[in-house]
Amino acid sequence: MRHRMVVVEGSYAVAHAVKVCKPNVISAYPITPQTHIVEDLSQFAADGEMNCEYMNVESEFSAISALIGASAAGARTYTSTTSQGLALMHEALFNASGMRLPIVMTVVNRALSAPINIWNDQQDSISQRDTGWIQLYAEDVQESADMTPQLYKIAEDEDILLPAMACMDGFILSHVYEPVILLEQSLTDEFLPDYSPEFVLDPKNPMSFGAFADPSTYTEFRYKQEKAMGVALKRIEEVAIEFSEKYGRYYGGLLDGYMLEDAEIVIMAMGSVIGTIKDTIDMLRKEGERVGLLKVRSFRPFPADEIRKALKNAKVVITLDKNISVGKNEGALCTEVKACMYNNRDVLAPVIGFMLGHGGRDIPISTIVKMINKAKLVEKGIFIESEFADLREDLA
Amino acid sequence: MSLLKPGHRGCAGCCDALAGKFVLDAVGEDCIVVSPTGCLEVFTTPYPESAWGVPWIHSLFENAAAVASGVEAALKAMGKMNNTKIIAIGGDGATMDIGLQAISGAFERGHDFTYICVDNEAYMNTGIQRSSGTPMYASTTTSPAGKASFGNPLNKKNMPAIIAAHGSPYVATASVAYAPDMIRKVKKAAAIKGPTYVHVHAPCCTGWKFEGSKTIEVGRLAVETALWPLYEMEKGEVTGVRKIKNRKPVEEYLKAQGRFKHLFTMEGGAEEIKKIQATADWNVKHFGLE
Repeated sequence: MRHRMVVVEGSYAVAHAVKVCKPNVISAYPITPQTHIVEDLSQFAADGEMNCEYMNVESEFSAISALIGASAAGARTYTSTTSQGLALMHEALFNASGMRLPIVMTVVNRALSAPINIWNDQQDSISQRDTGWIQLYAEDVQESADMTPQLYKIAEDEDILLPAMACMDGFILSHVYEPVILLEQSLTDEFLPDYSPEFVLDPKNPMSFGAFADPSTYTEFRYKQEKAMGVALKRIEEVAIEFSEKYGRYYGGLLDGYMLEDAEIVIMAMGSVIGTIKDTIDMLRKEGERVGLLKVRSFRPFPADEIRKALKNAKVVITLDKNISVGKNEGALCTEVKACMYNNRDVLAPVIGFMLGHGGRDIPISTIVKMINKAKLVEKGIFIESEFADLREDLA
Repeated sequence: MSLLKPGHRGCAGCCDALAGKFVLDAVGEDCIVVSPTGCLEVFTTPYPESAWGVPWIHSLFENAAAVASGVEAALKAMGKMNNTKIIAIGGDGATMDIGLQAISGAFERGHDFTYICVDNEAYMNTGIQRSSGTPMYASTTTSPAGKASFGNPLNKKNMPAIIAAHGSPYVATASVAYAPDMIRKVKKAAAIKGPTYVHVHAPCCTGWKFEGSKTIEVGRLAVETALWPLYEMEKGEVTGVRKIKNRKPVEEYLKAQGRFKHLFTMEGGAEEIKKIQATADWNVKHFGLE
C-alpha cells in the first residue's frame, strides 16, 4: 500500500494520530504552556470529526483528574501537556498509575521555571520518572505521531494497565513542519483493538476504586506495578514490530542502534537530538572514526538488560541529558546507564555524562564532535565523570 | 439494608457515616460516587473491604469534582448516562479549601452531577485542624484557644453562596440531624439536570468534643439557634427556608461542645459569645427564619 506524505506541523500530526485512536474523553488546559495538539483536537471535535467529549478544564491538575474519573468509567482517554503543566499534575500521575488506569498523554518536553523559559529540554518528563508511567521518547514527528496508537495498545494490555507518556521535544518536534504520513483510520482500526476494560465504575456491578491500603497490603500494589512494567518491556518491542508490519515504519522498540556493531565510542540519547547525532556519526565515519549511537526509546520501563547487551563491544559510552539532577551533577540517563552496569562484568566501558540543550539551547554537530573528542581522552587516562557540554564561559 | 454497609470503621455517632447513608438512601443504586480523601473515604474502604454497595472512586484530596466531571463526560461519550446519578461527597476541607478550584471548574462547565459537602467544620481525618469551614472561636489543633486567643479568629466561609454564584440550578443546606429534610434535598438535587450542591452540617463527636450519642442533639441545636440555617436556592434565589419556632440562644449550642468551652471560662468570653449571637441574628434576618 502506498502512503501519501503531507507536510504538517508536528502538533497536527500528533492530534491526527490521537483522532484515529478514537478516545472517548479528552481534557486539557491551555497555558503553562500548551501546544497546538489540543487546539487541533478541539477543532476536530468542533467539526464533528471526533465522537468524544472534549473538556476545557480549569487546570492541568483537573485535566489529569478528569481523565482518572473517565478512565475508571471505562473511557479511552487522552491529554497533552508540557513543563509546568506536567509538574502540576505530579500528585495525580502517581494516582493514575496506582489505580492502573491506561491514560495516554503526549508530553511536549519543555524546560521548567525558574527562570521561566518555554523552550525545549526534558527536565519535565524526567522529573516524573518515578510516577509509574511508561515513558517513550520520540526522535521525529512521524515517530511522535506513531507512538500514540502504540502506547494505547501497550497501556491497555490487560497484563499491563499502566498510563503512558509519549514524549516529544518541544518546538523542535511540536512546532516544526515535516513531511509525514498521517495515520490511516482503517489501519489503526485494525491495529488498535477497542478498549473494553474488565474493571469499570458501573452501577450494575459496583466496585470500589482507590481504597485505603495499610502496611499489610500497600507494598504489593507497588510490586504489581513493577511487574506490569516488566510485561511492558516485552510488549513495547512486540508492539513496535506489530506496528511496522501494519504501517511499514519502525523506530526500535526499547532501543535502536545506529552504526553500533563495531562502534568503540557509543553515544546514548533520547529524543530529537538523535537526528543530529546520526548526522555527526555519518560525518565521522567517513573519516574512519568508529562511532555509533544507541537511541533510548523507552526510559520507563528502563531496558537495563538490552542496554548491557547493546554496549558489549563499546570502549567508551557517552550519555546526553537534557536534564540535570541538581546536586548530583548528572542527568538521569547517565545515572541510570551507569547503575545498570555496576553489578555486571559484561560491560566494562566507562560512562561519560554530558548535560546540554537546557532551556532550548541548540545542540549543533560541533558540540557533539567536541564531546566525542573529550571521550577519546579516556584512552590517555583523562576521564571526565559528567559535565555541562555547552556552557557559555562569559556567564558561567 | 442501606447501600452504605455496616462494618465500616466510623466512630460511634459518626456524622459522616450518617451523611453517607442518607445520601445513598436518597439516590439509590443507580449512581456512581466520587469521594475525595477524608474520614468517609478512609473508614469505608480498608482494602480489601469496602462498605460501598454502589460504584465508588477515590482519587485525591483536591480533585473529587474534576474526577466526577470526568466520570460524567465518559458516560456521556459512551452513551451510558441513562439515569445514572453522579454524586461527589466531600468534607469541608476537600470542598471549601483544597478542592475549591476543581469544584468551581466543574460547576462552571455545567456537568450533570451533585456535589455534597459533609461539613464537620475542621480536618477531622488528620487530627482536627482548622479549615475555612471552622466557625469563629472553635478551638482546633491549629487554631487552639490559649491565653492570648479565643480560638479560630475567622468567620466560616459562605460556600453555598459561592456555588450559587456559579449559576447552579439548585443549592441547599441540610443537616444530618434532620434526616427526612436532607434526604428530600439530596433527591431533589440529584434529579435536577446540571451541577447541584447540598451543604450538610455534620457534628463530629470526636472533633467537637461531645458524646457520640449526642450527634443529632448537637446538630439540632445548630439549627434551633439559627447558626446553621436550612434553606434552598434555585438559580441563585432563596426559594425555601426552614422556619424556627422558639429560637434558642447560641450559648445552648456552644455549651454542648468541648471546642467552645473556653468561651465560658476565659475572661471576656461572654463578650465574644455576643459576636457569635450576632451571626445567628444576621442569619435570622437574612433568611427570614422566624
